Amino acid sequence: MASVTIRDVRKAFGNVQIIHGVNIDIADGEFVVLVGPSGCGKSTLLRMLAGLENISAGDILIGDRVVNHVPPKERDIAMVFQNYALYPHMTVADNMAFSMSLRNAPKAEIKERVDKAAKILGLEKLLERYPKQLSGGQRQRVAMGRAIVRDPQVFLFDEPLSNLDAKLRVQMRTEIKELHQRLRTTTVYVTHDQIEAMTMADKIVVMHDGIVEQIGAPLDLYDRPENLFVAGFIGSPAMNFIRGKLGSGGFLADGGFHLPVGAAPAGSDGKPVVYGLRPEHIRIDSAGVPAEVVVLEPTGSETQVVLRAGGQDIIAVFRERLTAKPGEMIPIAPSLPIAHLFDAETGKRLVA
Amino acid sequence: MTEAALPQSRRAPIREATAWDRLKTNRNWLGFWFMVPAAAFLILFLAYPLGLGIWLSFTDTRIGRPGEFIGIENYEWVLGDRKFQDAVFNTLFYTTIASIAKFAIGLYLAILLNHHLPFKAMIRAIVLIPFIVPTVLSAIAFWWIFDPTFSIISWTLKEMGWRTTNINFLGDTWNARWSVIFANVWRGVPFIAITLLAGLQTVPPSLYEAATLDGATRWQMFRFITYPLLTPIIAVVMTFSVLFTFTDFQLIKVLTNGGPAGATELMATMSYNTAILGGKIGEGAAVSTAMIPFLLGAIMISWFGLQRRKWQQGED
Ligand SMILES: Nc1ncnc2c1ncn2[C@@H]1O[C@H](COP(=O)(O)OP(=O)(O)OP(=O)(O)O)[C@@H](O)[C@H]1O
Ligand SMILES: [Mg+2]
Repeated sequence: MASVTIRDVRKAFGNVQIIHGVNIDIADGEFVVLVGPSGCGKSTLLRMLAGLENISAGDILIGDRVVNHVPPKERDIAMVFQNYALYPHMTVADNMAFSMSLRNAPKAEIKERVDKAAKILGLEKLLERYPKQLSGGQRQRVAMGRAIVRDPQVFLFDEPLSNLDAKLRVQMRTEIKELHQRLRTTTVYVTHDQIEAMTMADKIVVMHDGIVEQIGAPLDLYDRPENLFVAGFIGSPAMNFIRGKLGSGGFLADGGFHLPVGAAPAGSDGKPVVYGLRPEHIRIDSAGVPAEVVVLEPTGSETQVVLRAGGQDIIAVFRERLTAKPGEMIPIAPSLPIAHLFDAETGKRLVA
Repeated sequence: MTEAALPQSRRAPIREATAWDRLKTNRNWLGFWFMVPAAAFLILFLAYPLGLGIWLSFTDTRIGRPGEFIGIENYEWVLGDRKFQDAVFNTLFYTTIASIAKFAIGLYLAILLNHHLPFKAMIRAIVLIPFIVPTVLSAIAFWWIFDPTFSIISWTLKEMGWRTTNINFLGDTWNARWSVIFANVWRGVPFIAITLLAGLQTVPPSLYEAATLDGATRWQMFRFITYPLLTPIIAVVMTFSVLFTFTDFQLIKVLTNGGPAGATELMATMSYNTAILGGKIGEGAAVSTAMIPFLLGAIMISWFGLQRRKWQQGED
């Protein structure tokens, strides 16, 4: 096991700069999730870590060794690919044993390790099968088994669950997390699914267009997003952004209504800002802003409502069942004492 | 459900299906009907000549004179004939060496072409040239290349001062054998290279990346990933290659016509020379019929090699 340090790493394909200087510190045994929209460079960063792409500038350290020019096989990392990349002509057991048999490890040791990994992942009965004869979830587990057998310093996962159906994804999510808690191997996990990131990570790295937007524990990102991008990316349904100005009476939306602001940042009177309001932090309050119900979407456990206030759509989620009908007006108010306020120009969080 | 059930009640009682009905609609029989035209075609143009050839080999037919059934007399004569034994040896030698060389060079070229090369498309086109040129044309070209006096190879070697005399490519027993093998390899490599290249391109790149992380060297990647994944295609292409080489005729006919002194006489050319030039159709037919067991043997070997491997099958 080892820590991983990424220092001002850049990557360009030809003239196109893809990664613009990324800094990430990953502690020994930590589970870090790289998350971001498609094309933001997550896979590229992961592949640089694995040694499958070379680094245009900056340093990558595993432990305290700079590995920029260390060939992949000497980096002692194992990777689970999005399409699993299982060897189709080898049985499950051979797939898992491949790396060890390349190193001419003794047969008994190979068997012992494969059996152990198979036991952890519940693959004992499938060892003689070929990848074609497995379900998606089983293949996913074999791919993990292949990584576990290696007993590497670092696990890398590139969207390992994106080929699975929703239910299996939830189940595998738990399994991977549990596995990490058992093995405590440093893990870098790439996904574009923010729920996966929130539920699995010790630490989330939000990326966007080749830069890191914010690094932090899942709940930190949720509670204190540093900018509009992170605010909109973390949380589902996404945070509502209401444009307006700060004034003496709090926040005045462009649509003409007021919202309370805990403690307004000093000297920001009249400044154009964006007021971030999470759908789950909206409550019904008779003294609140009247909003028209546009669409009601009950999911059973909660009700998602699209509201319109001051010409702007606002999404709200209520735990309780709502009797309102489309076209009716309901009064709403934020349920948190502290508002998320962002500078409308820079998108940065305004510190209260 | 209801829609399906309704019209049934109105319909007349269902009559027993006759044998003819079953013939018309049964899926297996339907398949049979679809096969009939193709089968007729094959019987007319493949099975008939084959059958005729085999029949002729049991007769003493000559050109211009219908023959009579003489049992296995032709075979007795052919098998005891020194020339035939030499032709079998030549054919086996020619096929074995040429096929191995074609496989090795073809695979090497395919792997080379699968990498990122400058002018990749052009190089691929160039590789295909020997395959596009008509056999007879390339045979004539080789005839010039191997010419006892005007050979460009001899000329080059002499210019470079490595030799003082011309090489007698086609006039010497072993020189002639190697020369025709060389020409055959030159012609056969593109087919194998391009087919194997197509096979190589079906191997997902992520397998190589996984193997890289697993610590495989380039050779180990070839040995444990590329090669096993390529075996089905290798089996197909090598079967074809062996069959074509074994029955090769044009190249030999133009280059050496079996000479010198039968050193490059293959079974195919011997059959032609005996039956058409020598007029002894029965004996010639026996020579070519004698090729069948060899060809069947080659097909059997590849058939077992070709059987879908377990890992290729979907369900068990
Ligand atoms: N080999 C390459 N050559 C040129 N550009 C590339 C190459 N590989 C990736 N890119 C570009 O780099 C950017 C980042 O790609 P990357 O695969 O890292 O995205 P990602 O964050 O993993 O996205 P996704 O969630 O869709 O997998 C993309 O714009 C892509 O077009
Ligand atoms: Mg990706």
